[in-house]
Amino acid sequence: MTVIQAVTFLLTAAGGTAVVLIRDPRRQVFMLSLYGLLLGILFMLLAAPDVALSVIVVGSATPLMILATLRIVRKASS
Amino acid sequence: MTPTTRRLVCFGSAAAVGGLLLHGLVRLPSFGSYRGPYGDVLNATAVGERHATNIPSAVNFDYRAFDTVGEEFILFVAVVGLAVLFREQRDQSCEQQQERRRHISEAVQWVGIGLFGFLVLLGATIVLHGHLTPGGGFQGGVILAMAALLIYLLGGDEVLERLGRRASIETVEAAGAGAYVLIGLSMLAAGGAFLENLLPLGQSGRLNSGGMIVLLNVATGVEVSAAFALLFVEFLEESRKPPREPS
Repeated sequence: MTVIQAVTFLLTAAGGTAVVLIRDPRRQVFMLSLYGLLLGILFMLLAAPDVALSVIVVGSATPLMILATLRIVRKASS
Repeated sequence: MTPTTRRLVCFGSAAAVGGLLLHGLVRLPSFGSYRGPYGDVLNATAVGERHATNIPSAVNFDYRAFDTVGEEFILFVAVVGLAVLFREQRDQSCEQQQERRRHISEAVQWVGIGLFGFLVLLGATIVLHGHLTPGGGFQGGVILAMAALLIYLLGGDEVLERLGRRASIETVEAAGAGAYVLIGLSMLAAGGAFLENLLPLGQSGRLNSGGMIVLLNVATGVEVSAAFALLFVEFLEESRKPPREPS
């Protein structure tokens, strides 16, 4: 394992933990999308560019839908 | 149960679970070790057999192309189900919301227009080069859907509205999913098995190589881009809807 792989592993673990620990869903969404990017970089470093590309495109699509859902839920409950 | 016994049970079970985890971690294979035979076999034979240099694509759209039919239809059914659910609710609650016009800042418009062409080209490149370089129908399709989303954000929902209440996106989605199956059936008609790669394989590394893989990538790209575009538009329409009247 190279140094850059080890650093990215640690960052990904920290990112995942941060997603869980943040309680406000609106902030959580932004951490989630950053976590997707970290995961993409990790897959890239582990020589899996195909999976990295999938993770990055899905990671850029889901936060948007979560934000829209939060807006729908907020309006329904207000 | 007294607090003392509760604590004892908790620590006891935590120690047991921790011990099992540790036992599992110690026996893990070392970093980077690979024991399965399939990866090595494919790495050695796939380029020679299928003339496709991106082996994940060769696996997804040739060796196990039949599994990909299932995955394609999971996405198709999920998105159609979502559209049915959301539309049912919207049509009941609001009719006048189409009248509202959004204000879109000039900066967003310029950035959006600049990005649009780039996204379309990037998505098309990733779909069409799926058999040569990392990427393929799914990844490129999502990027193309982002371009469609950009039109929506730039106020193009009036354009989409004029195209017949988004029915056209659904048609494109269905056409993509159908084209995949039709390609498979045409291989059956040509005398092979369902989704057997019978097309000329071409020269490895060229755009027109890999036979059926390119066509399946394009069909998947069309289906995925329309599915995600529909998903985005339905979610955003639902979030723009005025709050429901208490009935």
